[in-house]
Amino acid sequence: MPTWVAACVAEDVDKEDVIGFRHEDRDYAIYRTADGEFFATDGHCSHERTLLCDGLVMGHVIECPKHNGRFDIPTGKAIRAPVLKDIQTFPTKVEDGSVFVFV
Amino acid sequence: MTAVMGRERLKCYSLTGEQGERAVSLGLADGSEWFRSDIERKRMKDLMRRSDFPAVRDTLLWFGLMGAFAAAGIALWRSWLAFVCFAIYGLLYGSGADSRWHECGHGTAFKNPRLNDATYAIASFMDMRDPTVWRWSHTRHHTDTLIVGRDREIAVMRPARLARLLVNFFGLVDFPLSLWTMLVHASGRLMPDERTFVPAQERHRVFRTARVWCVIYGLTIAAIVVTHSVVPFLLIGGPRIYGVYLLQVYALTQHAGMGENVLDHRLNTRTVYMGHVNRFIYMNMNYHIEHHMFPMVPYHRLAELHEQVKHDMPEAYPSLWAAYKEIIPAVLRQLTDQTYYIRRELPPGAAPYGDAADGRAMLEGC
Repeated sequence: MPTWVAACVAEDVDKEDVIGFRHEDRDYAIYRTADGEFFATDGHCSHERTLLCDGLVMGHVIECPKHNGRFDIPTGKAIRAPVLKDIQTFPTKVEDGSVFVFV
Repeated sequence: MTAVMGRERLKCYSLTGEQGERAVSLGLADGSEWFRSDIERKRMKDLMRRSDFPAVRDTLLWFGLMGAFAAAGIALWRSWLAFVCFAIYGLLYGSGADSRWHECGHGTAFKNPRLNDATYAIASFMDMRDPTVWRWSHTRHHTDTLIVGRDREIAVMRPARLARLLVNFFGLVDFPLSLWTMLVHASGRLMPDERTFVPAQERHRVFRTARVWCVIYGLTIAAIVVTHSVVPFLLIGGPRIYGVYLLQVYALTQHAGMGENVLDHRLNTRTVYMGHVNRFIYMNMNYHIEHHMFPMVPYHRLAELHEQVKHDMPEAYPSLWAAYKEIIPAVLRQLTDQTYYIRRELPPGAAPYGDAADGRAMLEGC
């Protein structure tokens, strides 16, 4: 049953950056955009399971650190080969300075 | 099972053989783990940051030089100076295009994706490399660098195909093979090895591109016939023969003689210092360990990245000459001893080689 899980303190994530979060043996990526919005996706690239938290956030796009495939962060949509498969996204909220992910 | 040696071993490099599956079962083709030097995240983000300016400047200079030397070559036709002009034009086209293909394929040259994609399409044509096939081929190369049976881009096998390597300094294998491959693609088929790594949903792009290219080369041939001149060939396609030699000089330094079937790029790749002209043509790919370790860092930041991580690296080769002084004897030795490879020492304090395999590349059966 999905529930809200505290992932990190909001200040842990720089603007236009990403950090990794692990919960119940699954990796997630927590993003903060340049305008301060938070998003969460699968932690791994859908191409070869590289961790996206080592990648580069450019606007609303995350680039995988291994093969430069790209995803749209808010939708998880694959937008640049070699990624062809979308990744799952998860709702987020910020309460009392903490980022919660609905997983 | 004993190791296969001699010319028989070359079969192990086939992507359609058993070695690829064996590498997968041994965990050598996972792609999610590779050695990276520890760099503070803030610094890493700074190094990865994209910018249009360096690539716009360098691309304009590249196209500008090609345009100028082509125009001068045509204007000075029948003078010996035309030979010099076309020699430089061909070098920029035949060797320079490959670097642009590579960097724009990674999507790191420009910040603007449209500039990346446009330059990638043009450079792929000049390089006679289908943009889709080679995007996937190079993706595989980065996942499975020098993994036998998985990496299609192993230029120097054990034992090396010396005659092929030498004649390819003048494109005498790659040029006709590229033309044949283009015709196969235009007929709606892939080559057998390409079918192992190009996803089905991407294949239509390959066939469409090949048909467009066939039209361009057809028009080039028509121009040769109509003008009774070899100049159209010198301008389009021909540089893949007479201008490709410098690319071979650069590219062979990347991995030749190094360890196979390892996941630490310090064991299978080398970094070579080069001068400004070579680095312009080669787009800084002389920092090749750094590129494999951090493929997201744009070419114009690789020198800085090198300074950041060189404490973890084997000492960079001071010149092309220094690299070849090691490569040539190693490749010759591998003709008779396929267990031999170059294993470089790390400086004191460097993160140790963490790989269980040692680079000798003796998978069962190979």
